[in-house]
Amino acid sequence: MSYLSLTDADRDAMLAAIGVSSVDELFRDIPAGVRYARELDVPPALTESELQRHMEELAGKNVVDEICFLGAGIYDHYVPAVVDAVLQRGELLTAYTPYQPEMSQGVLQAIFEYQTAICELTGMDVSNASGYDGTTVAADACFVAKHATGRSKIVVTEATNPQVRQVVKTYAPGFGLEVVEVSHEGGVTDPDRVREAAQDAAAVIFQHPNFFGVLENAPELAAAANEAEAMPIAHVDLVSLGVLEAPGVYGCAMAIGEGQSAGNAMSYGGPHYGFLAARSDYIRRLPGRIVGETVDAAGERGYVLTLQTREQHIRREKATSNITTNQTLLALAGLVHLSLLGPQGLRELGETCMALAEHAKRRLQEAGLELLFPEQTTFKEFAVRTGRNAREALQRARAKGVYAGYPLGRDYPGLDDALLVAVTEQRTLTEIERLAEALS
Amino acid sequence: MKLIYEKSQPGRRGLGVPRPEGLEPPEVPAHLARKTPPRLPELAEPEVLRHFTKLSTRNFGIDTGFYPLGSCTMKYNPRINERVVGLPGFARLHPLVEDDAAQGALELEWHLQEILREVTGLDAVSLQPAAGSQGELTGLMLFHAYFADKGEDEQRTKIVIPDTAHGTNPASVTMAGYELTPVKTDARGNIDVEDLRGKVDEHTAGLMLTNPSTLGLFDENIEAIRDIFHGAGALMYYDGANLNAVCGISRPGDMGFDVVHINLHKTFSQPHGGGGPGGGPIAVRASLAPFLPVPVVARDGATFRLDYDLPKSIGKVRAFSGPFGVFVRSYAFMRSYGPALREMSEVAVLNANYLLARLKDAYDLPFDRLCMHEFVLSARTLKREHGVSALDVAKRLMDYGFHPPTIYFPLIVPEALMIEPTESEARETLDEFIEAMLAIAREAAEDPEVVHSAPHARPVRRLDEVRAAKQPVVRFGFGDHPAEQGAGDRQLEAQKGA
Repeated sequence: MSYLSLTDADRDAMLAAIGVSSVDELFRDIPAGVRYARELDVPPALTESELQRHMEELAGKNVVDEICFLGAGIYDHYVPAVVDAVLQRGELLTAYTPYQPEMSQGVLQAIFEYQTAICELTGMDVSNASGYDGTTVAADACFVAKHATGRSKIVVTEATNPQVRQVVKTYAPGFGLEVVEVSHEGGVTDPDRVREAAQDAAAVIFQHPNFFGVLENAPELAAAANEAEAMPIAHVDLVSLGVLEAPGVYGCAMAIGEGQSAGNAMSYGGPHYGFLAARSDYIRRLPGRIVGETVDAAGERGYVLTLQTREQHIRREKATSNITTNQTLLALAGLVHLSLLGPQGLRELGETCMALAEHAKRRLQEAGLELLFPEQTTFKEFAVRTGRNAREALQRARAKGVYAGYPLGRDYPGLDDALLVAVTEQRTLTEIERLAEALS
Repeated sequence: MKLIYEKSQPGRRGLGVPRPEGLEPPEVPAHLARKTPPRLPELAEPEVLRHFTKLSTRNFGIDTGFYPLGSCTMKYNPRINERVVGLPGFARLHPLVEDDAAQGALELEWHLQEILREVTGLDAVSLQPAAGSQGELTGLMLFHAYFADKGEDEQRTKIVIPDTAHGTNPASVTMAGYELTPVKTDARGNIDVEDLRGKVDEHTAGLMLTNPSTLGLFDENIEAIRDIFHGAGALMYYDGANLNAVCGISRPGDMGFDVVHINLHKTFSQPHGGGGPGGGPIAVRASLAPFLPVPVVARDGATFRLDYDLPKSIGKVRAFSGPFGVFVRSYAFMRSYGPALREMSEVAVLNANYLLARLKDAYDLPFDRLCMHEFVLSARTLKREHGVSALDVAKRLMDYGFHPPTIYFPLIVPEALMIEPTESEARETLDEFIEAMLAIAREAAEDPEVVHSAPHARPVRRLDEVRAAKQPVVRFGFGDHPAEQGAGDRQLEAQKGA
């Protein structure tokens, strides 16, 4: 460890300038009763080379060489090398929130560009600079909806990611919200049921493609919410938005989601970023940082944090959220990835995922497995019946080097035999053959 | 500088996508299919890299220079941590794998929890919260659950917060469904204990306190404060934003706090990333452990697992077990120091006191005490005598090559300059900063215009923040839909008085 610069001579000179005789004396305001007299009981210090080896040993205890068909919200998409190169620029990596815009035009412009990309993808007017992840942005959206509508019921479809639902339910009591779930039928949500549940609701949250990978009748779900004057909020996958319509186009008030698919490694669940975008009606109610364009004293274009009267450091207990540190670096990774893809690349990415997933469905059916929802159109993920307890099937497949998917019984009682299989552009036809073999 | 959208040319692209031969995607039903492509940038890879490299040159980080942003703990971010977080065994690990496939990750999380327990002096840890403010909210949810379990949740509706608190504290109180009880600061910068006594009763759920406070002062009455809250059956929450002052020196659990959040990006060096990510694990007393979010990391002999079986859990505040990459970096940082984490805090406090001693004659010092890891000066006299504000001083510091300190916070100090050097800096750097601050104080008297009109040496001049808020332009307009750009403005008018 050599992260400290002071020599003994430095310390002596500095203590003399302060007018104390020892470092201990600097802590004289701490009452003796709350001083910690012992040495910290933590593992001993390592040199850099020892640390490298220790971390390699820990990393080596994780299993990452099984072919990954696991998704359920986090996906094995490719992260381009340019993303790593940009994120390791120390000027971006080691800066903080751009409170001082003249020092931070790089990050501010990048966030402005990110906001633009999110708005383009979702068809919305305004995006914040990021939330923590795809679950917390759903809770944030509920807070916006409660205050925008004055209502206190949130409707969420059962086919929405279980972790999203769980986070919304955890936040709801503090917000004074009640959460109502609408069940799915055959893997999709019936707009009539949503229409019924949406009466007096602040918002209807639905995921599209939903947790089962199935395309919902999203425009109808949005319409059902709008009829009841509840805010339709779509939870979407950025990778799908080259082929699927933008939520803003079919009447959603807000679009939210997990951004990991664009630019972030899976990294055992984080750090990633959640995106949150809305129609301009809600701009003053959004949580988190927002970057706006302005001019400097010489009339040149520049960027600043804006609409800060929404935020905790100004509004305190009346703020739209307590969020401070967000996920800017991960959102920047998303922007870089999307900039490399462009509109054509994003479309092709969605098409390849869809094509490979469809091929995997066929091969699994040919191997004697049944699809859980055979009637439905899916995007990059689908559910298959394994003919036995899905966790057992998974372990048998793993013994053959294939991590075959996510056992749906973990979240949906009655679906104990079903496995949710994700197929990204990284999977090959050979790997899909091994999946079919491992599950048959 | 052009936006990446302004550099875009139709038909260019930077990344190919595999497409196995002979495979065609199924047709998307017409009513669900995208009709207009998103206007993402179209550039070849070299131009994308250059664009973001150029953006980086218009930014300033700890790698660039001194960044004494008070309360944010801008310390050195070791490069080894960036290397190890990218190890395939970490980066390619899916968060939903069975525990047997994640033993290394779980072991790391478990060790991180153990170190956090030791540093905070508390009994149990949840790594789940994504940042300090989410740790606060989670802590307050635990307060609700704890009192609900005792049948006192309806009765205890109030949270006490001093007027020096970070804005996140009162914002978290509102989000958690509590009411705020403000308490004053006394002449020495401590909580006013007399004011406090009258405000804590059977309706109090607890206290939220940063100690050392945002003034950089350790509350000398912490034991009396503890007795007041615990005597009333209330709980105490420690905002760990300033933990960098006291690692191995004083532990929140020993001070009487029941719940603590730790900002891993501050004290334990996760790079701040231009705004994030952070990490906000919480440590709690055993009496609150049954209510922690799920999953928690558990150890059975030599194996580790995620435990979802907490019947009294508040639920989940974030997906999975937390921001794992942040844990990797912070654990690596802790292992670099070992027990010398105490020395880290000692040097952070020494550096701050050295700056304070050398600057207190040129600026106002509202509370004349030794400080902890940071201190607050005031530009009040400069403002009164020369019309030079804290903002002017901050902007002028940029011309000397430094990131400005936090300004206008805490709110109880007029023209506040909140300075936190951290332990990372060499004495020469501190001396250069001192010379710059002293020079600016002289300039304020001799040539105030050069300070007013600063910065002079940045890529942009002072920016018009009022204009940005009045006429919000929050996305690129592509030059073709000006109506949309004005929508926010109309909405601003519509929502006035709401």
